[in-house]
Amino acid sequence: MSGLADGINRTARRIPVWPLYILGVVPALAEYALGLTGRLGVDPVKAIEQQLGLYALQLLIAGLAITPLRRYFGINLLRFRRAIGLLAFFYVCAHLATWLVLDIQLLWGQIWRDILKRPYITIGMAAFAMMIPLAVTSNNRVLKRMGAAAWRRLHRLTYLVALLGSVHFVMLVKGWQLEPLIYMAIIAALLLLRLDFRRMPLARGA
Amino acid sequence: MRYRFSTGLRHSDVTPASVFHARRRFLAGIGAGVGAGVLGLPGAGRAAPDITRLKPNTYEEITTYNNYYEFGTGKEDPAENAGAMQTDPWTVEIGGLVERPGAYGMDDILKGAPIEDRIYRFRCVEAWSMVIPWNGFQLSHLLDRVGVQPGAKYVAFETAVLPDVMPGVKRNVLEWPYREGLRLDEAMNPLTLLATGIYDKPIPNQNGAPLRLVVPWKYGFKSIKSIVRITLTDSQPQTSWNMSNPGEYGFYSNVNPEVDHPRWSQATERRIGGGFFAKREETQMFNGYGEEVADLYAGMDLKKFY
Repeated sequence: MSGLADGINRTARRIPVWPLYILGVVPALAEYALGLTGRLGVDPVKAIEQQLGLYALQLLIAGLAITPLRRYFGINLLRFRRAIGLLAFFYVCAHLATWLVLDIQLLWGQIWRDILKRPYITIGMAAFAMMIPLAVTSNNRVLKRMGAAAWRRLHRLTYLVALLGSVHFVMLVKGWQLEPLIYMAIIAALLLLRLDFRRMPLARGA
Repeated sequence: MRYRFSTGLRHSDVTPASVFHARRRFLAGIGAGVGAGVLGLPGAGRAAPDITRLKPNTYEEITTYNNYYEFGTGKEDPAENAGAMQTDPWTVEIGGLVERPGAYGMDDILKGAPIEDRIYRFRCVEAWSMVIPWNGFQLSHLLDRVGVQPGAKYVAFETAVLPDVMPGVKRNVLEWPYREGLRLDEAMNPLTLLATGIYDKPIPNQNGAPLRLVVPWKYGFKSIKSIVRITLTDSQPQTSWNMSNPGEYGFYSNVNPEVDHPRWSQATERRIGGGFFAKREETQMFNGYGEEVADLYAGMDLKKFY
């Protein structure tokens, strides 16, 4: 393909994957550091909770963008996708833990009612639950044992996770705000790109 | 079914001593009959209120964490964007079923208005809360001045729409102008305040300068900001959040831990400013003002009229 894509691919091949896992958690730590030192406004707990959720959505989008980038632009970042996916799971966990511990403060009665009764929380929890098998199977050993086809089929759950994540965001704000709708539109677009592709003959996998 | 209400909460629980004594002077002025009931003077021998736990939020907290969607949907947006709003001169159009309708300038509105300190709890429907030392006067004072006609049953309010300085009104997060309303008896209740200041300073733009409503027993969105229109009506007026999402926001929107909002449990709340590990508090029926306002809703099913 284009020279630009080749250049990116050449550079990407030289970058090791492992530092991504370390760099990837820095924003979460930074967010907590800012909150603890009073630099996130007067409601640091909410600010952290929301920012961690936002990072998770952004990572999910990044993960979903890998395939279209390769297909339409010849840019191959496939080797970073596992790290991106696992980091997304890390941010979802941090987001959830912040809600449980600092926001709702382990009031289990209220937490349980919230999960059952508030659709946006139900949806968020469902997305979190679906990410667990994805995170657990994100290593070579399990991948080999499952077989590539079964593994790929399982990991299509990511599509649903991302979609539910964006619905969770749209539903939790008051009124029809722009930002969550943009997230939802981007995720929908990334999924639609795949849908069209699979209908075509000679589809090259998910 | 009548709700049951029993908390030890008194207005004085949130009142520092200096203000409390100022209020005693004010109460002496208006006569104890109404005043004591309304402001919930503590009985003799009551334990001293826990002032440390219930002290007012700081000026910074109150003025940097706002919901004022005309200036953006982020909590810091209003503080950042509202500075350009001109609030002097300011005119409030008062009309409908009143004896003396007209465009009232702020000077006129404030003439003779008995401005007091009122430290109120403020409970947002998003399940956070603050304690705010307002300066203002009772809405009843203004309504008495303009003369309410016998047929009036409701009071409708509108916020200014100033596209040049309000970036938020370009988007239809809500249908502008922002609208709110009260039943006439709610509006006439002595707790219902038209606020003009916070901490003895003119009320900042992001908090609803120059004139805003404060209805402490209702969720915060009922306390409409930067009022430009007050209309007395004989039918229930439309209110913005109810128009936007009638299943979630009722006309009354009284603070009620037993009636859940579909998205936020209303059983507990987080006090802003408590820092990282502030403990959630239980939300009180009518935000703790049941003694003063419960009678307004006697016989009403508050699950239906939420």
